[in-house]
Amino acid sequence: MQKLTKDDVHPKIVQALLGADIHLTIDDALENEMILNMGPQHPATHGVLRMLLRLDGETVVACVPELGYLHRGYEKMAENMSYLEFMPHTDRLDYISPPANNVAYALAVEKLAGITAPPRAQYIRMLLAELARMCSHLVAIGALAMDVGALTVFLWGLREREKILDFFDVICGARFTTSYARIGGVASDVTSDTLKNITAFIDQFEEKFDEMERLLNGNRIFIERLEGVGVIEKDDAVDLGFTGPNLRASGVEFDLRRATPYLFYNEMDFNIPVYTEGDCLARYFVRADELRESAKIVRQVIDKIPNGEVMLNSPKKVLPRKTEIYTKMEELIHDFMIVNFGINPPVGEVYHAVENSKGELGFYIVSKGEGQPWRMKIRSPSFANLQAIPHLVKGQMISDVVAIVGSIDPIMGEADK
Amino acid sequence: MKELLNEKLTKQFPEIHFEVIEQFDELTFKFDKSAVVPVCKYLKETDGLKFNLCEDVTAVDWATRKNRFTVVYHLFSMENKFRLCLKVDVDESECSVESVSSVWRAANWPEREAYDMYGITFLKHPDLRRMYMPEEFEYYPLRKEYPLMGIPGAVPLPKK
Repeated sequence: MQKLTKDDVHPKIVQALLGADIHLTIDDALENEMILNMGPQHPATHGVLRMLLRLDGETVVACVPELGYLHRGYEKMAENMSYLEFMPHTDRLDYISPPANNVAYALAVEKLAGITAPPRAQYIRMLLAELARMCSHLVAIGALAMDVGALTVFLWGLREREKILDFFDVICGARFTTSYARIGGVASDVTSDTLKNITAFIDQFEEKFDEMERLLNGNRIFIERLEGVGVIEKDDAVDLGFTGPNLRASGVEFDLRRATPYLFYNEMDFNIPVYTEGDCLARYFVRADELRESAKIVRQVIDKIPNGEVMLNSPKKVLPRKTEIYTKMEELIHDFMIVNFGINPPVGEVYHAVENSKGELGFYIVSKGEGQPWRMKIRSPSFANLQAIPHLVKGQMISDVVAIVGSIDPIMGEADK
Repeated sequence: MKELLNEKLTKQFPEIHFEVIEQFDELTFKFDKSAVVPVCKYLKETDGLKFNLCEDVTAVDWATRKNRFTVVYHLFSMENKFRLCLKVDVDESECSVESVSSVWRAANWPEREAYDMYGITFLKHPDLRRMYMPEEFEYYPLRKEYPLMGIPGAVPLPKK
């Protein structure tokens, strides 16, 4: 963190920080109020989030988050590549849970193209999405604990996450940037051995997570740093665009898996954990409960998964299998056309949103009937959740800012796009 | 839901023409940009509708069309579990539309983003700054005429 002088800050940001109160001088070291720069290179900002804090002593009076340090222009890039080509880029949005982003994107394009993946593919997608959610919540809880001074949980969380990443490695061929979903299905099938291993992992996971939770729930420092900090009321939370675990910690029972069911979530039996306190501790509790619910869903998916194809047979929209490309003329032509000219969905506009680990991830795609989208807008949950930071940190101590940012769990890859 | 919305909106705003578009199981209302704030306020506050979550505000650049831009609002009603899309056309000669951040505070940042990327001014916005690009940046990157490779020298280097 670094104290700023007037030359360092753009006048418009100064204006946003000071509001109507313009008599404040930010250069004078003896003044009680000062403006402090936090990030973008700060370990507790989860990436490259920059916040300008106006402080009165140790109390935060106003906060202006500055985004754009990881802005890669994915929306512009999407307009210049085919639908299939954009799949690897969705990995890099919420880089803690890549398979869930792949699934969200594939579902949006499928809705536009008017195709549905076969049931087995949809079950595999659900399995991957829930494993990704577990990954993400493990990191979120670990990072939050680390931010407020409990390092062990982070390491234990990463240990469990590592096992999930090993499954990604086996299923998708990559631990991290999976690019696993395809338009019309998934890239490859899951073997029954892998499913057995995942069941074994879930069996031991619940016990391991109990251990982790005992570390935190019995830790007085952890509880006291979070309880009653960064409280957001129900109405404010909805009004400021909160979604996902953050919203459910404020007492709103809203989960897109239930509100607008997609894949086979309406056949799954799971609870939506809701806490009413709306503080950092409640946000931690929601994530912890959701981990268990995800484990429950994974178990059900493995029980119910049907046999069958994992890619749809729809030659004009879906890539054919490699073996057939090499042996059949027709498939070779389709492969050539799809790879070079894209899948050409009908003219129209589509918005499809799924419940990702951070909240609602939506893709708004405008198609002009060409191989490339005319416009693609990514509605990222972290972006919307970060918007509430000024509201949350107002009146809190400067050390609480770290806890609040950690409890919101922003991923800058997604917020900056 | 479609009939209810259509009936209520035409009753409440008789002077405005609502174009109803339905595709891919999604409902869209398109109307004149002058009415955007009263319509949004009405949709948010009326019993039975209660579109309390503003999911997104964004824009589309049609490049060659007469009304060059379309501003798109995605709303969700948690009570009815229903998603609605609103659209207003904005022309390049009068590139502005009234901000809905007085209705939903969630619209604040998405509007800033649309301003940053397309140069559409949101009138009465409380804090209309660029969202991602630096304040000194002169172009609007998501407009169709902006090249994919960028413009050399367009992003200024930090002063020190």
